[in-house]
Amino acid sequence: MHTLTKAALLLLALSTAACTRPDRFGGAGADGTGMGGANGINSSSLDASDPTSPAYFAQTIGDRVLFAVDQSNLSPEAMATLSGQAQWMLNNPQYLAVIEGHADEQGTRDYNLALGARRANAVREYLISQGVPSNRLQTVSYGKERPLAICSDETCYSQNRRAVTVVSVGQLG
Amino acid sequence: MIKKLLAVVLALMVSGPVMAQNGPLRLTITDGVIEPLPFALPSFQPELAGSEQVAADISRVVAEDLIGTGLFRQIPPSAFISQHSVFGQPVAFADWRAVNAQALITGAVTVSGSQLVVKFRLYDIFTGVEMGDGLQLVGSTDGWRRMAHKVADTIYSRITGEGGYFDSRVVFVSETGPKDNRVKRLAIMDYDGANLQFLTEGNSLVLAPRFSPLGDRVLYTSFESGVPRINLLDVATVGRRQIETQAGEMAFSPRFSRDGQRVIYSLATGANTDIWMTDLGTNVHTRLTNAPSIETAPSLSPDGSQIVFESDRSGTPQLYIMSASGGEPRRISFGEGRYGTPVWSPRGDLVAFTKQNAGRFHIGVMRTDGSEERLLTASFLDEAPTWAPNGRVIMFFRETQGADGAPSLYSVDISGRNLRQVITPTFASDPSWGPLQP
Repeated sequence: MHTLTKAALLLLALSTAACTRPDRFGGAGADGTGMGGANGINSSSLDASDPTSPAYFAQTIGDRVLFAVDQSNLSPEAMATLSGQAQWMLNNPQYLAVIEGHADEQGTRDYNLALGARRANAVREYLISQGVPSNRLQTVSYGKERPLAICSDETCYSQNRRAVTVVSVGQLG
Repeated sequence: MIKKLLAVVLALMVSGPVMAQNGPLRLTITDGVIEPLPFALPSFQPELAGSEQVAADISRVVAEDLIGTGLFRQIPPSAFISQHSVFGQPVAFADWRAVNAQALITGAVTVSGSQLVVKFRLYDIFTGVEMGDGLQLVGSTDGWRRMAHKVADTIYSRITGEGGYFDSRVVFVSETGPKDNRVKRLAIMDYDGANLQFLTEGNSLVLAPRFSPLGDRVLYTSFESGVPRINLLDVATVGRRQIETQAGEMAFSPRFSRDGQRVIYSLATGANTDIWMTDLGTNVHTRLTNAPSIETAPSLSPDGSQIVFESDRSGTPQLYIMSASGGEPRRISFGEGRYGTPVWSPRGDLVAFTKQNAGRFHIGVMRTDGSEERLLTASFLDEAPTWAPNGRVIMFFRETQGADGAPSLYSVDISGRNLRQVITPTFASDPSWGPLQP
């Protein structure tokens, strides 16, 4: 991910946190996240301001890396993002991760499934090299089945050639 | 006479330039005009009160089948001089010659209760003789479309000398919803889009169904378990189960062996994807390729001795052929661009493929040694060819461009002529054309 984008996301996350903070200690789950109550304790671990939350991982650490056409090698920016992901995984050992590999629509379904597997695996290998135990990491390829951006030119394709690390507490399949 | 004419036309359409060098038929080719053969089809006669509607419906479907091939043209009944009002009566050949009919198709329909009887006769107008014997088909009324397809298949076969393909079904992926949140369901329908039936519910992603050689089972890739795995579905009961494969992160791109007893597929382990075969009876798994590159989309030759597949070992996806037991493959695609989804033709002589070059996608065919490559279509995205049972027609899907882009099914003759959309009620992709039904 570009540093600029990352910085922008960080700012966004911080400003979001600033906005929502009053709600966290306000009355009965005013932000709609549920579990809160009259005692003012709000279960808001999904909030991006909580550095142990998946939302923080996704928005502040950066949950995705992008690839060049047909490629599965990691750019320096991608490695920087993944180092952050690895550190977060090590700091939050209760989380497991499924790494989703994706491709753009320029290619056949079969080939893109295999290409997505390559991309997901490149991320997995890098996270392992950074010390994340392999048994906390699983990969899946969606090929070209789950585009993030839906236009048919490079501005969208570049966003779709991605690997996304989805963290959750629970069991891997 | 008709048979000879049309057989020549077909041969020309298929072989193209090669045939052109062989004989006196060259002129027809260089002219590049295929004149559809005109036929007359007086509406089949209802032989019992209450049979009128079915008789009319069957007549319509027979005509639609023949016209849909692009090889035939129907003479409008308003032009008829004779009406041929009694099935089996002597044919007034001069009257049919006068309206330029080359074939006359006559029939009769009897509906009694749930039983349907269809009779038909085919005449060659130029020579003034009946082509083959009259035929009678007996079945149930709710199977009237199949009866019509059987009649049309027989006519097509008698006139062209080729096997028919109308009484066949297609399994495919029905798609609904926006491009970034598509719901995909397996669906099955007649080759012409009629009698559509859904086979899965759409709560998990399904891809690329493949018919068994007998058309009784379907293999497909399912994300039901969270990762791609291969499911086997029984068409009659719609029951399904995940098949056991060699252990690996993902299994996809399955196809049946010709005996329906084994499955060839892609298995992804780590970054690598190779081709494996699993025996459905014994669950013995056999590795067929062993390379660090991507090997996928395997398809067996009709005699079961060879496999054509896609590999990027050269740096870009290309087509290769190897023995069905594995071993060193030989590359067969050498044109510009990227090649994928090879499918061996039922006749064994051609491989259909998807080609991507200069920002366009094509469906094409080449001989199994890679020669005589011919591109049949071109668009923003054409993909996933599947062969009609007689090896004359290819169905595929075409996806339109942009945020509203969506796929539909098309068919095209292997000459590149007669491109037609197959109408489906939803978006549709990944067709697999089943065998001619018994």
